[in-house]
Amino acid sequence: MVPVTRTVKKLDLDPVTVRKARSLARKAGRPIVDLARQHTTVSVERAVLRLAGLAGADTEGIPWVNRLADTVRADVGLEHGLALPVWDALVRGEAEDLSVLAQKAATGSVTFRLPEGRDAVRARSAARKATAAGLKRVDARRRERDRLIKRHGDPEQRPWIYLIVATGDIYEDIPQAQAAAREGADIIAVIRSTGQSLLDYVPEGATREGFAGTYATQENFRLMRAALDETSRELGRYVRLTNYASGLCMPEIATLAGLERLDMMLNDSMYGILFRDINPIRTFVDQRFSRQVHARAGIIINTGEDNYLTTADAVEAAHTVTVSQLLNEYFAKEAGLEDWQLGLGHAFEINPDLPDSFRLELAHAMLARQLFPEAPLKWMPPTRHMTGDVFRGYLLDGFFNLVGAMTGQGILLVGMMTEAVVTPWISDRDLALQNVRYVMGAAGNLHEDFRPEPDGFIASRARQVLSESVELLEEIVDDGLLNAIGDGTFGLMKRPQDAGRGLDGVAKRSPEYYNPAIELLEEAPPPPSSSSLPRTPADVRAKGRRK
Amino acid sequence: MSIIRPYGDTTGDGMVQLSFTLPIPHDKRAEGAAVQLANTMGMDPALVVHAKAMGPDFTFFVVYGPVNHLVDTGKVEVVERDYPLLSPKEVNLAIRKTLRRRLTIVGACIGTDAHTVGIDAIMNIKGFAGEKGLEYYRELKVVNLGAQVAVPELVRRAKAEKADAILVSQVVTQREAHVLNTKEMSAAFREAYADDARPVLVAGGPRFTEQMAGELGVDRVFGRGTTPGEVASYLVDALVTRRRQTPSKRSA
Repeated sequence: MVPVTRTVKKLDLDPVTVRKARSLARKAGRPIVDLARQHTTVSVERAVLRLAGLAGADTEGIPWVNRLADTVRADVGLEHGLALPVWDALVRGEAEDLSVLAQKAATGSVTFRLPEGRDAVRARSAARKATAAGLKRVDARRRERDRLIKRHGDPEQRPWIYLIVATGDIYEDIPQAQAAAREGADIIAVIRSTGQSLLDYVPEGATREGFAGTYATQENFRLMRAALDETSRELGRYVRLTNYASGLCMPEIATLAGLERLDMMLNDSMYGILFRDINPIRTFVDQRFSRQVHARAGIIINTGEDNYLTTADAVEAAHTVTVSQLLNEYFAKEAGLEDWQLGLGHAFEINPDLPDSFRLELAHAMLARQLFPEAPLKWMPPTRHMTGDVFRGYLLDGFFNLVGAMTGQGILLVGMMTEAVVTPWISDRDLALQNVRYVMGAAGNLHEDFRPEPDGFIASRARQVLSESVELLEEIVDDGLLNAIGDGTFGLMKRPQDAGRGLDGVAKRSPEYYNPAIELLEEAPPPPSSSSLPRTPADVRAKGRRK
Repeated sequence: MSIIRPYGDTTGDGMVQLSFTLPIPHDKRAEGAAVQLANTMGMDPALVVHAKAMGPDFTFFVVYGPVNHLVDTGKVEVVERDYPLLSPKEVNLAIRKTLRRRLTIVGACIGTDAHTVGIDAIMNIKGFAGEKGLEYYRELKVVNLGAQVAVPELVRRAKAEKADAILVSQVVTQREAHVLNTKEMSAAFREAYADDARPVLVAGGPRFTEQMAGELGVDRVFGRGTTPGEVASYLVDALVTRRRQTPSKRSA
């Protein structure tokens, strides 16, 4: 029996302050949700077509969903959504199915219109039926995951060990991922090619060329999931697969992840705005839809707070991490995600030359643990202060692992001593896993003995970060979150709401707007599922299906 | 003394450490193979101090031993710093006195590179290695465009800001993308500007070596471990000190 590695209520945090922080996050987030509900984007609309089964690409490699979406948009605009004009054309008999319709649309042999009256009713009902079929497939994949977890079991220990694979070639990734799982990885993340977040389409097929990563495509998802299913069987442990629902196509990628049973997705409410200069409104609209899909698919999201600390100072900006976690929590729950699906991020990025840096890291990690007791927090390794001195880096990763063990993190991204030197070598990965295993074996239960002094350095620091978070949230509520982002509050990036990439793919919804996917996602409670991140393997067996 | 050998614990012992992986299962033959490789690299005798199987098909080795190669420091080629290193105060003073206006510097990660850690270390006020970044210098106007900036956009912004210098960073790279991106950038600037009006082009990143400036078509390359102070000192030398000696349109 593996004991529960958690540090609940070890810090004496004022419950009134904690409640206040949450209520401020809600206040700050509410106008953004309203904004998201008033707009749509090209990618949200294309996601509907993907749910309805439209796949594949033309000879130039442009996906049919893009071809169809572009034609419909040119004919009737984006503001009504694509569903009405598309299914109106199908009801009218312009084509027998979506894929023929897309081909006809690409050659210009079909004209779209916004149906009215009984035509609109018919188009609506056909669109709803087609989209519901896609969601049914997503639901079936979720049940399949539950079944496989039951059969193969979850990892014995916490945190779960998360390893990255990134060769650019899916056929090279597969054996590497399988080897990593055999060496002890519980979660495999396939890093995407660096350019993908700014592509306004999802590439098609199995890909063998990527820059510092492999393209996220439906076929690559399918191939890797099938390979890991094989490895799960071999190891008697369900190995999870992670990819990225971020960038300009995040709603579509979330949909593909649901259809291909990916288990976790990187999905941060503000990352695209801050680090990819994607338009804030585009991001928030795409975010909400992708989170609704993740909620439905039983996918655990991973948020990206670690990134703030790579640009801002990890001590001075510690409270911005907490604020972002609170905002991510609000946006996630509003979209239907449950606590067990919130892999809120934080990272070990304090300058190691600073006195008491380890105590500060402990304080920040314990604060996150206690603020979000039910969430599988994602603990991320040092990158900024990895200098190329691999020996010092190995020590730093050991201390990072120790914080992970002492504070009951849910997901531990394994740090590489060659961070900032090379993409990890096979030996780097092996040494890194030895590091994790040593620390977990030697100190995995240290949390049982470890209680910081109520008025000591760690507890005071945690309280200070929390109170700074409340102050910042108050400013954000006064100023408006969009303005705060425009002013460079997070990660020192200034991102005004009327600029950034992908703005031309945003439209304000008209009164006629109809989106069957959003309608279905909002009306149906998520299907019964037992896939919560378990505290112990016994929990998952005892818990069974939850209605 | 210009002929030297590595130093372990005694002058002239030539000791080095080496680690590598061979794609074979761990057995006696594998350890022999590791010794053979080390011998070929000039380590003799080679002592395999650690060998560990990594899965069924790979073995990791740590090898210690003396190398029989000598190094002649007289024959080492480096780009010596050919400009004086200035403090932030001296940088500001030089610009104010000579130029009588602020220097404008536009920086970006170009191409698909999303890793701003390099450009941020140089430009953000936070800085790097205990030195404040360029934003800290009062006489420098710093415009950091961030990640994944397209080259035409960089040229457009450079013109709009009347940039005196362009700093581009390339961190993550595959298949020589950092070289191709930087060449594309320098070609675009040479096309968009007259020779005597072109901003100073600086490329930086861990995969570059300083000798590559000519190949890349830039004025200067900075490699791993460069500090903001070095970049600022170089810019003063290139744009203030040397320009005074050879006046051009830009100094008008």
